[in-house]
Amino acid sequence: MNEQIQHSEVEDKTIFGFWVYLMTDLIIFGVLFGTYAVLRGNTFGGPTGRELFDLKGALAETLILLTSSFTCGMMMLSVYENKKNRTMFWMALTFALGIAFLSLELSEFSRFVADGNSWQRSAFLSSFFTLVGTHGLHITIGLLWLAVAMVQVWTRGLTPFITSKLIRFSFFWHFLDVVWIFIFTVVYLLPHAI
Amino acid sequence: MHKVTLKPYIVGFMASLILTLAAYFAVVGQLLVGQLLVVVILALAVAQLFVQAFFFLHLGEEIGPRWKLWAFISTLGIVLIVVVGAIWIMGHLNYNMMASPTEMNKYINSQDGL
Repeated sequence: MNEQIQHSEVEDKTIFGFWVYLMTDLIIFGVLFGTYAVLRGNTFGGPTGRELFDLKGALAETLILLTSSFTCGMMMLSVYENKKNRTMFWMALTFALGIAFLSLELSEFSRFVADGNSWQRSAFLSSFFTLVGTHGLHITIGLLWLAVAMVQVWTRGLTPFITSKLIRFSFFWHFLDVVWIFIFTVVYLLPHAI
Repeated sequence: MHKVTLKPYIVGFMASLILTLAAYFAVVGQLLVGQLLVVVILALAVAQLFVQAFFFLHLGEEIGPRWKLWAFISTLGIVLIVVVGAIWIMGHLNYNMMASPTEMNKYINSQDGL
């Protein structure tokens, strides 16, 4: 019993440490949002956000990421209920949705670049690619993390170490969802609203 | 560890879907215009931040000292200062440097070619 309490204390510290990392990440995104907000009008004769962004595509990306956040929550429920196969199922679903989101984002990026609207076109596009690209990079790393965790759950089962790792992953994934909501609103919806 | 149940995830997911679709259709359908629309979609995003923080990240359910909650609140404070400050200051810079290059040259010439 005593050992269990000590273990959960260590776990709480690990999770809080990860939380502090997420908070520093939030500051990075905050700074990139500030940069984007300042530079979004500086199109240097290139396309504006209103001309460039396809709202339907952005809505699809948002709904996919939201659903993956939900399946990630379902994964955590299965972890707490100690159901290994069900955990694997929700992990796979979260992974697939993450891949779908990433491929939509990359196809949007490559369309922009093919049309000559890369990050070199204007200050607005530099800040756009930096902000949205940083989020995409986080998603990519999250997917790698999830893939490794899936192999570990498969081979070792839901040990306390892996459970703690999955708790941290779920924070990371929900956090990226929150950041994306602001990208969707500020980057995609706002140019169409003004 | 607090007890995790299905209900908050379902409530959070539904609320997030409703808030996202509300913002999308407010913009696409042009239900509102101008400043009001901007304020409404930003408010919907902030509402969704709180929905996800409480229903997905379980921020309200901490036991004992609420370290996570206060770390989050103070970070939000820093982010607000940085973002609002950047927009404010850079907006003024833009205003003060509004002269076009030709006007700038004229001004410099009028100052005896400084």
